Amino acid sequence: MLLNQFLILAAVLFCIGVYGVLARRNGVLVLMSIELILNAVIINLIAFGAMLGGESAVVASVFALFVIAVAAAEVGVGLAIVLMLYRNRQSIDVSDVDLMRG
Amino acid sequence: MLEQVWVIPLVPAISFFLILFVGKHLPRKGAEIGVVAVGASLVLSLVTAAQWIHRTNEARDAVDGGGHAAGFLGAVLAGAEYAVVEPVVRTVTWWQSGGEVIEAGTLLDGLSAMMIVVVTLVSFLVHLYSVSYMEGDRRFTHFFAALSLFTASMLLLVLSNNLLQLLVGWELVGLCSFMLIGHWWEEKPNSDAALKAFLTTRTGDIGLLVGIAVIFFGAGRTFDILEINQAALGGGVSDLVLLVAASCLLLGVIGKSGQFPLHTWLPDAMAGPTPVSALIHAATMVVAGVFLVARLYPVFWEGFDIAAGGLNPMALVGGITVVIAAVLAFVQNDIKKVLAYSTISQLGYMVMGLGVGAWVAAVFHLFTHAFFKALLFLGSGSVSHAVHSFDMKSDMGGLREHMPHTYRTFLIGSLALAGIFPLAGFWSKDEILLGAGANGYEAFMVVGLIGGALTAAYMTRCVYLTFFGEYRGHGHPHESPALITGPLWVLAGLAVVAGFLNAVPFGIHLFTDWVEPTFAFPPVAHPEFSVPLAVVATLLALAGIGAGAGYYFRNLGPHGLTERNVWARRGHTLLWNRYYLDHLYTGVIVGSIKGPVARAANWVNQRVIDGVVNAAGVGSRQAGQWVYDKIDQRVVDGIVNGSATGAGETGGFLRRMQTGRVQNYGALLFGATAVLGLTLVILI
Amino acid sequence: MVAQNVAFGILAAAMVIAALRVVTTQNVVHAALYLVVVLAGAAGLFVLLAAEFMAVVQVIVYIGAIVVLFLFGIMLTRARMGKEAGLDNEQRGLSLAVALLLLGVLAFVLVDAFSDTRVEPTTIVRTGDVGIRIFETYMLQFQAVGFLLLATLVGAIVLARRD
Repeated sequence: MLLNQFLILAAVLFCIGVYGVLARRNGVLVLMSIELILNAVIINLIAFGAMLGGESAVVASVFALFVIAVAAAEVGVGLAIVLMLYRNRQSIDVSDVDLMRG
Repeated sequence: MLEQVWVIPLVPAISFFLILFVGKHLPRKGAEIGVVAVGASLVLSLVTAAQWIHRTNEARDAVDGGGHAAGFLGAVLAGAEYAVVEPVVRTVTWWQSGGEVIEAGTLLDGLSAMMIVVVTLVSFLVHLYSVSYMEGDRRFTHFFAALSLFTASMLLLVLSNNLLQLLVGWELVGLCSFMLIGHWWEEKPNSDAALKAFLTTRTGDIGLLVGIAVIFFGAGRTFDILEINQAALGGGVSDLVLLVAASCLLLGVIGKSGQFPLHTWLPDAMAGPTPVSALIHAATMVVAGVFLVARLYPVFWEGFDIAAGGLNPMALVGGITVVIAAVLAFVQNDIKKVLAYSTISQLGYMVMGLGVGAWVAAVFHLFTHAFFKALLFLGSGSVSHAVHSFDMKSDMGGLREHMPHTYRTFLIGSLALAGIFPLAGFWSKDEILLGAGANGYEAFMVVGLIGGALTAAYMTRCVYLTFFGEYRGHGHPHESPALITGPLWVLAGLAVVAGFLNAVPFGIHLFTDWVEPTFAFPPVAHPEFSVPLAVVATLLALAGIGAGAGYYFRNLGPHGLTERNVWARRGHTLLWNRYYLDHLYTGVIVGSIKGPVARAANWVNQRVIDGVVNAAGVGSRQAGQWVYDKIDQRVVDGIVNGSATGAGETGGFLRRMQTGRVQNYGALLFGATAVLGLTLVILI
Repeated sequence: MVAQNVAFGILAAAMVIAALRVVTTQNVVHAALYLVVVLAGAAGLFVLLAAEFMAVVQVIVYIGAIVVLFLFGIMLTRARMGKEAGLDNEQRGLSLAVALLLLGVLAFVLVDAFSDTRVEPTTIVRTGDVGIRIFETYMLQFQAVGFLLLATLVGAIVLARRD
């Protein structure tokens, strides 16, 4: 297999995630798109690890594990914020949150 | 004991948790735990210091062949050869990661022994004082818990043997400072002041972090302070690395020790309770920056090439701070703000002293200043306890008769601060000036002399407004209880005698013998005492007092000058607005970052487009009546309207960019990143 | 080799289509289910790359925990279960342009740098090795992540509780 198969797939997922983060109104959907981005990163890590082989493959797994843990933390806080938003505004439309408008 | 100094910070750390968890249920609401714990720390620190002194004496006796009796007088050695006294280091493995072993540990030498004595002593007195001062406060228990945590963190900072642990202590004292400034956070100004202090010092801490990283790699992957010092002196580190490291660390010092231009947080920090101001914002935390420089002196010595004389960034920062803060102290009506600016100015002396190579003098000034400035702050707290205000002009005056103890101790503190012989401030300040003169920094000696005269004058004003004249407040002020005046007298006693530890003309240089490192330390000069300089300094201080006294007591001099003279009024306004530094920070810098695009667009609209429009308008007027119908009505109006519409649309478009929507910003961010990446791809 | 490439092709196609559906579907619950497909596909890729442990973690943590968390989030914010108009905002075009530009740059760089680098997983990553690495070399980082999760727990409770 070519390394680029994995890397370009990850790049595609990443860009789809970026599109979702930028174009979705619903807060939960924005968070899901962020998960796509993070998954692209994990795929990259594992692919590079497999390419280097040996100890590097193990280290790549460790790093990917940490990324997953951080992603879990991010979803936890992110959903809490969305929930808070819903409670205060009865809506989870992130376009409504524009208190910093110039 | 020298090996076991880790106990000293541990005691107040345990006390912090005890107070937090069980303090509320105790008869004195947790204060007793704090007082006992810090008292225990104080005793341990004194024992440690005594043992350290013993160690230095022994080492020195060994060099002299045992010619002198050990003990106190044994150290009084005029011109003796300096023996190397090795610091006591004890480390354990803190953590290891990826092959890097990071150690934690204690480093005990003269400097840290002196610091732990100062910290625990002032902290103990402040604890005692607070028992009475804070009585009935709504967060009494939290207050004592935070004081304990602060004491523990400060001790951790001064005892640490590596920069990482020092950084932990550094940030912890910053946190305690934040909590205690905002102790009464229900009032908006207090929580604002706490935030300002936190964020301003954090600005400097960026420099500290970068500096530590630079030095870690520069000195060969080590955080160990002694190793870094040896590497810096041994020439193993390039000059450029040392210069960068020293500059970055200096930024941290500027933030923490309230140096120009990041000093603006310290006066606002006076929003906290007065004992906090005495402990944290006068005697201990704010000198952490000075301590850092003293600790890593070889880095600064080599980095800024201090031995060369003339001018260097550190001396410059200190010198500027000395004068501008002293001048600002004149226009303050809040007694604590006078003392705050005075603290900034005195910290400037210390930084300047270190900058001109007068290490012992600067550290000695740190030592004496801790006592008399804590005394002054606690005295101002005692006054406010009686009159329930800090405003000297509207609520004080004539307190001399009502509060004899406070008055006498405050006067002693003021004279010590002004540098009147033979009080503590005289000896230490004089040594700084002496060092500046002897090491080729004559300009800074003059700055120091001017600062001394200013100090004497503003303290005269402060004492006059508080204790003399007619009482201007309400009610009947009365002397504070013994728990408040007791610490005042102890500190007053120290303010009188502390200077004699290093009374060089009398052949006493105990402080130098005990505190100055002999291991991994640059060859700093020890200038001879100069009688003319001391006389000039004293005369200038007396002149300052005389000018202040003449102005206030005898009502001489140009009163009401600010009303009559426009320049005097402008100067006053400039000082009143603190050189507009706060305006600069919030208005210009924050503002310009907030909306540079909008501002630029506005500027273009106002100047360029309006200018074109105006020019067109004037030109068309002059063209005469006959073109009015044809050109003016159609063409020019068209241009005018067109340009106005264009301007409006440009502004509108640029304004639309500031939508406040995260996703808009996100699109810009990702788009810009992609464009940047594309540029790099094309270029490389 | 061929079998692996075929497997990769199937997984990649499924993942890309599902990912596109995640960001385009007008039904929030469907989006979560499509996300499951993407995540499961990633787990399959990890198997292809001989990282079995990561595949298992991916299934347990991502599909088992995070997606369920998403579904709870959808439920608690009372999204309608059917079709919903207006899940996208008005800057779809701009977002698409940005995403495509980013993809172009990334793809160009990747092709430029790794056009013929091959990946033939020879070392099987054993779970024991991963554990030893975590608890020996990266102990501190592990502690830090644990602390982060604790902080998240506290933060989420503080944010989400009613008072």
